[in-house]
Amino acid sequence: MNTRAFTMQLIAIAFAIIVAPLLIGWVNQCRAWLQNRRGPGILQPYRLIRKLFHKDAVIATNASPLFRLVPYVQFASMGLAAGIIPSLWTGLPFADAADTIALVGLFATARMFLALAAMDIGTAFGSMGARREMLVGFLAEPALLMVFFTASLISHSTSLPTMVNVLAHGPLAIYPSLAFASISFLMVLLAENARIPVDNPSTHLELTMIHEATVLEYSARHLALIEWASALKLFNYVCIGFALFVPWGLAQGLGNLPDLAIAVPALFIKLVAVGFGLALVETINAKMRIFRVPEFLASAFLLAVLGLLVHLLLGH
Amino acid sequence: MELIILLVLPPLGSLLLALVGERDWAAEVNILVSAGTFAAGAWLTMHVIAHGPILTGNEEFFIDPFNVFLVALTSFVGFTTSLFSRTYMRIEQHHGRLNRRQLRLYHSMFQLFMFTMLLALTTNNMGILWVAMEGATLTTVLLVSLYRTPASIEAAWKYFILCGVGLAQALFGTILLYFAAEKVLGNVGTTALLWTRLNQVKGQMEPTVLSLAFVFLLVGYGTKVGLVPLHNWLPDAHAEGPTPVSAVLSGLLLNVALYAVVRCKVLVEGSVHSDLAGNLMMGFGLVSVVVASFLLWRQKDIKRMFAYSSIEHMGIATFAFGMGGPIANFAALLHMTVHSLTKSSIFFTVGHATQKAGSQAMDKIRGLITVNPTVGWGLMIGTLAILGMPPFGVFTSEFLILITAMRDHPWATPILLLALAVAFGAIFSRVQAMVFGETDLKRLPHSPTLLPVFTHLTIVLILGLYIPHYLADWYREAARIIG
Amino acid sequence: MVTPLSSQLIDLCAAVLLLLSFSMLSQRRVLTLVDLFALQGGTLFVSIVVVAWNTHQYQLFYSAALTLVLKVIFLPLILNRLIRRLGAQWETETLLNASATMLIGLLLVIFAFTLAEPISRLASTITRSTLGIALAIVMLSFLMMITRRKAVTQVIGFLAMENGLFFAATSATYGMPMVVELGVALDVLVGMVILGVFFFHIREQFDSLDLHNLESLKED
Repeated sequence: MNTRAFTMQLIAIAFAIIVAPLLIGWVNQCRAWLQNRRGPGILQPYRLIRKLFHKDAVIATNASPLFRLVPYVQFASMGLAAGIIPSLWTGLPFADAADTIALVGLFATARMFLALAAMDIGTAFGSMGARREMLVGFLAEPALLMVFFTASLISHSTSLPTMVNVLAHGPLAIYPSLAFASISFLMVLLAENARIPVDNPSTHLELTMIHEATVLEYSARHLALIEWASALKLFNYVCIGFALFVPWGLAQGLGNLPDLAIAVPALFIKLVAVGFGLALVETINAKMRIFRVPEFLASAFLLAVLGLLVHLLLGH
Repeated sequence: MELIILLVLPPLGSLLLALVGERDWAAEVNILVSAGTFAAGAWLTMHVIAHGPILTGNEEFFIDPFNVFLVALTSFVGFTTSLFSRTYMRIEQHHGRLNRRQLRLYHSMFQLFMFTMLLALTTNNMGILWVAMEGATLTTVLLVSLYRTPASIEAAWKYFILCGVGLAQALFGTILLYFAAEKVLGNVGTTALLWTRLNQVKGQMEPTVLSLAFVFLLVGYGTKVGLVPLHNWLPDAHAEGPTPVSAVLSGLLLNVALYAVVRCKVLVEGSVHSDLAGNLMMGFGLVSVVVASFLLWRQKDIKRMFAYSSIEHMGIATFAFGMGGPIANFAALLHMTVHSLTKSSIFFTVGHATQKAGSQAMDKIRGLITVNPTVGWGLMIGTLAILGMPPFGVFTSEFLILITAMRDHPWATPILLLALAVAFGAIFSRVQAMVFGETDLKRLPHSPTLLPVFTHLTIVLILGLYIPHYLADWYREAARIIG
Repeated sequence: MVTPLSSQLIDLCAAVLLLLSFSMLSQRRVLTLVDLFALQGGTLFVSIVVVAWNTHQYQLFYSAALTLVLKVIFLPLILNRLIRRLGAQWETETLLNASATMLIGLLLVIFAFTLAEPISRLASTITRSTLGIALAIVMLSFLMMITRRKAVTQVIGFLAMENGLFFAATSATYGMPMVVELGVALDVLVGMVILGVFFFHIREQFDSLDLHNLESLKED
């Protein structure tokens, strides 16, 4: 691995870490507009993170070292994931070492640590949240894998950069199978990132919360890291979506300057559009009962498998 | 010419009856139209016997010995049913179960139903055959729900949905058939669905496609034949519709559906060169016979019981067609004829018996022989005939089928014999009680028309004793076509 | 492996049809179901037009027009009016175990694809690969009719099945002969009218369109 590639890799990760809260801010801002509120501004997540870093952490007396460790694990795994997912250019040396299946594994690791930490203190909410989080994850994972399989059947590779190269630079074609996969992926994205209709990130109503219940015990820098990791997770998912379904604009290889001059605005245009779309989805849908979440995710899985089948039937 | 009359008279009659069907003389008009249709059918039959198959109307219509015998049978039973329904419907009206508007609907739909069946029989186009079969479903749905009682509406709904779904499968089969034919005949518009054309090139059609097509066609039209396990609509529709409708459903519609299956089988067998089609039909037939005969024991409603008996007999005929060969086909054709005649005559007497008792429950019907000896004897003789007692025609056909089964498929013979014995016990014990039991019922306001009953039974008796040589030639010719 | 755009469009239509079938399978609201059915008809119309245009099978335009008039405009309109007149527009339906139904649907799709595979291989039409999807749509509609207990839903399932068959005819053979297609359309139309009359009978007799009431005729 030469130095330039390594530097570019680090820049990619840093870029993702810096931009991620912006996406959350934008989604929240759009949501506020759609709901006729003024909204806190796009930069609010940064302010929140800064504020949290300046506070003193309060930790339960019976917390184990694992509890302190988990925010860092979270943040690290999301950062690592950002290193595999091409957001601006496809020449990511890390991506050679880890393909989409490893990516799913990385997400699963983060989730498992979060669930462990939630149960660590031994509060009722924590355990409940952990259980629900695992339920969602357990159902969302196969759907996500199926989406990846559909895409890799088309590109004959499980590596995300290769998929992007094939889809963006190969001959232009309509892939009905990808249409199925994209809907399925959107459903998984909503579920995994604790968005409406699966979970509501802005409520702490104990009967319905999933993700928030797992992080109730965290405060200060730990909470800041977890919030940041969540933002990063959403950003990662959105970038996976871009890579699979709208890969145009990404620079090939390590990227030269003109390519990057296209890639950066292209990414931001896509982010703006997707952020608005997400806000729209969250505004027009109501949160579903937790018992219907399995049904929702089963549909996602079903759609992904259908995409796979349609691909096999139609042959492209 | 006679074909035009045959196909134009019923829809015209239907139109006329739609206008005047509520008048007192509507039933007579109905009889007149049916008589005309029968005359045209007989004329057509004579023509075909004398001059051989007819291919006419831009090849859209094809009459050979196989379907002309069904045309004759259909128009004949249609005619006798119209005779029977005149008094029967009058009594129903008298009892207040029907008003004039319903009567108009009945008359009009009856003729339309006859038309769809005759069209299904005479058309050479497999697509039109499907359209006519679906048309037959649509017209009879309204007939089954004529009384507008909850039960009749339920029966009609079930009938519509099940047969609709079934026929949808048949349509898929037809599409596959067209697909296979198009490969051989080229994209030549309508001709690729003509049975005669298909029959010429059947050896060249793709066997895989045709086998699949046949499965769909058998399931589709088999639903209409009432083959187990696709039979669920049949007992309900027979029990809840007016009795003349039960008579034509059982006596005619099932035959027409079986005709469609056999036409398809001829094509498929010519292409596939295996016993797939025949074996499938034998399987369905055998299952139908066995299941229906055991279910006979559980029936309490007289029309339901005879509906199950229809399933059983259709199963026998399907089994026979499945075995194939000249004797089995001959027997199956004969069986279709005698079953149709006997079953419709049974339904005629059952209709009057239930009108007398005011109920279709068998334990409410008692002592027919004292209330009205002709109805009683009619039911008794009809039952004996349908159960395959010598010297009636059903015995002859069942005997031939059993003989062939013993020769070609010995394993099936005991199963068939057992089923027939079970059916015999079930039906005979019930009918005996109904005919000879004690009763205190009074007479009906109109004296029933039993001429059709005894005409049918006489023909069945004659067919059992002696098949006239021209009829035998005719069956043999038809059996040869089926192969 | 670049396939022409028209063929891609048809495949896309096929995929959308399949997707619509699944959404119909899981849709609880009756009126939305009618909209989905209309959408299905619309997609069918587009696909037939694309096929007709590309293969110069101009008689297919008649089928397309027939589809547009009958299945996109007329039948949904009638169904909508019927549902409103029956006062059933807010009716929803409880699905029995939606996930299991979906899973069965998935198995049916696999079955249909396998069944259609040898036939598609023989076909020479540009649409051949969609035959499996057409068969899958037929089977899914069938499943919908089995799992639903409302009269209106069953009818929509029935009509969706007809759509699937139409699609099958287009994809395997560029449509059936005109006479047959007209006959089929006529049957569908008459069937619809009869069913419309039937809805009123059913409601008159049972005060509801729920087919649970229609289960008294059992073997006994």
